[in-house]
Amino acid sequence: MSTKPSPAELIEAVRLFLKDTVRPQLEGHTAFHAKVAENALAMVERELAQGPAADAAARARLQALLGADTGDTDALTRQLCEAIRTGEVSLDTPGLLDHLKATAIDRLNIDQPKYSGLAIATKPDNS
Amino acid sequence: MSTLAPVLAPGGRGIIGLKRLSGGASQETWAFSVRTDAGEETPLILRRVPGGESSVLSGNAIGLPMEARIQTLAARAGVPVPRIVHVCAPEDGLGEAYVMGRLSGETLAPKILRSDAFANARARLATECGEALAAIHAIDTGPLAELPASGGLDQLARYEETYLGLDLPSPVFDLTFQWLRANAPAPQPPVLVHGDFRLGNLMVDETGLVGILDWELAHRGDPREDLAWICVNSWRFGNAGKRVGGFGELEDLLAAYAAAGGHAFAPEDIDWWEMLGSLKWGIMCMIMYEAHRSDADPSVERVTIGRRVSETEMDLVNLLERAAK
Repeated sequence: MSTKPSPAELIEAVRLFLKDTVRPQLEGHTAFHAKVAENALAMVERELAQGPAADAAARARLQALLGADTGDTDALTRQLCEAIRTGEVSLDTPGLLDHLKATAIDRLNIDQPKYSGLAIATKPDNS
Repeated sequence: MSTLAPVLAPGGRGIIGLKRLSGGASQETWAFSVRTDAGEETPLILRRVPGGESSVLSGNAIGLPMEARIQTLAARAGVPVPRIVHVCAPEDGLGEAYVMGRLSGETLAPKILRSDAFANARARLATECGEALAAIHAIDTGPLAELPASGGLDQLARYEETYLGLDLPSPVFDLTFQWLRANAPAPQPPVLVHGDFRLGNLMVDETGLVGILDWELAHRGDPREDLAWICVNSWRFGNAGKRVGGFGELEDLLAAYAAAGGHAFAPEDIDWWEMLGSLKWGIMCMIMYEAHRSDADPSVERVTIGRRVSETEMDLVNLLERAAK
């Protein structure tokens, strides 16, 4: 289904309304909360654009790591947590840190692309 | 409150400019001044327990009378802290509360880190933090018998229980719990730990550190907890290259700490505690999200901070990667 205006267009319009029209009329804590609300909408916009590919990649990595061929990303992530808790999977397990790093990078590109820890993880000499 | 004016300042006649300050998760903070007969004004701060307001992060808070006692001991030990002026009694009608001096300076991290006005202050801040922490850690905790004690492994266990109870699965957090437990350093003899020593709780002016605020998470614990908390990347506010708070070098902090009588720690002694700090902040973000999710304190701020969990996951991955080498 392709509906126009798309969810991304609607959310962007609301975010810009908050930013350009609403926030200039606010002050103090309410203005701060409006800024937080804009940030939340920007996260949703990035998630709509990047989320499906990031989720598919995470699912493929989790399936390889756990030797599983069923389950969605959430279920596989739960399974991985369990395996770490029992000691079945640890920092030495091949592929674990690569998966966690790739997932954290994809997550931050959606949640907070300017976060300093992302630049540290993705700089070329950090291998 | 104006009946308190003579108690709060000699010749005090009335209260002016009473204003609620933002910030402070579990306590109300008010700024005001006492005006004297001679027309002089004494700037003060009132801290009090909020009237029936929910406070999700207050689980570990020690209570206002204990805060006041610790700040008095800290002042006596030469630590820069606001002086305690009055601990309220029931007849004062303010509930659990105390009044302290109001220092002037800046607490906002982005200003302290980026404004030219604080360039000189930034250059000496790591050294001043090391000296202040050595003085805090040398305070005799004998008179603070009821102060809770918690070491690194105690905190790890408590935060793990909280994390599991929230049911927000994070493989990075699970791996960090396992790794920290397997690699815990031997504990140091317990000292008075501030518990939230970082920008935001440090009052800084153009000359440097003028006051250490927010003692509500103080406890008896390992000195490395305070030295490492200010190094957690979340508290570098974007200046990741400066390990101490985004403004200083860890070597300077530790050298000043040792020179002022603290234990001589090496930078690598801080690593375990920095990782624990990132994990704790990540779980605090989850707790704030939970306050929204459970309807205890729903707000756009609380729900959005839930997405800051990924910042700490990234930091922990970077630290685990270093540890695995």
